[in-house]
Amino acid sequence: MTAPLRFHYDIDGENFTSAGEASVKVKKSLRQLGFPQEVIRRVAIAMYEGEINMVIHAEGGWAEVTVYPDRIEIVLCDRGPGIKDVELAMQAGYSTAPEQIRSLGFGAGMGLPNMKANSDTMVIDTKIGVGTTITMTVNVG
Amino acid sequence: MIGGIMTVTELLDKLPLRALCLPDPDRDVTGGYTGDLLSWVMGSAQPGQAWVTIMSNVNVVAVATLCDVSCVILAQGVTLEPEVLKTAESKLVNVLTSPLPAFELCLTVGELIR
Ligand SMILES: Nc1ncnc2c1ncn2[C@@H]1O[C@H](COP(=O)(O)OP(=O)(O)O)[C@@H](O)[C@H]1O
Ligand SMILES: [Mg+2]
Repeated sequence: MTAPLRFHYDIDGENFTSAGEASVKVKKSLRQLGFPQEVIRRVAIAMYEGEINMVIHAEGGWAEVTVYPDRIEIVLCDRGPGIKDVELAMQAGYSTAPEQIRSLGFGAGMGLPNMKANSDTMVIDTKIGVGTTITMTVNVG
Repeated sequence: MIGGIMTVTELLDKLPLRALCLPDPDRDVTGGYTGDLLSWVMGSAQPGQAWVTIMSNVNVVAVATLCDVSCVILAQGVTLEPEVLKTAESKLVNVLTSPLPAFELCLTVGELIR
């Protein structure tokens, strides 16, 4: 059996302009691989929200996307401040984003809920002062 | 003719719109969505829709790409920086602008494609 296809991206925490680039690349790669539109869309949206969160809340990190025959797995890992109350953070509308971020159209508190809605499984592993790792899978077909 | 699916170019011809960049002119406009909060747009905008917004930073291009909207229509005369337009061009995102406020803009687009 061949090893599953894996993509790795470093997410620059300083750069708002390039935020989302990894998701756009993943979208393109999955399209070239011939995945259904709806699968690509869910992966792209879930990953983009995660990527933006890493830039806004965690000074960047890395993302890894692994393509299995039956699912796509997205791992987002940062060494940011961690999430104090995951249940609260998951609530639609909850956000700690500063005003300047809101003026860019982010910080609506819908990122984590969007990630949940667009993935089939989502696990948040977070520790205050250590960082956050979010693992999502999107089923194919 | 009133009603039915139109291309972005047809929309441009019929409404007070100006193209800021038009890398994919033959895209069908299948409906519309309006909003400025990017996560809401990500959660709701559907492929092929026209996205009406007053947001004008580079992240608009990423969201338009990921949602696969047929075009971004900037309301109230909003435009994009040349750098951002360059990105839009390379990502095949059509960007139009209109002097109309978002509500009136949606009404006119809606009348045409309904
Ligand atoms: N990677 C992360 N590191 C630290 N905190 C995070 C991270 N992702 C999300 N959070 C926290 O969870 C909250 C809710 O996230 P989200 O639903 O994406 O909304 P928003 O990003 O618009 O604030 C954020 O405001 C932030 O406090
Ligand atoms: Mg967010």
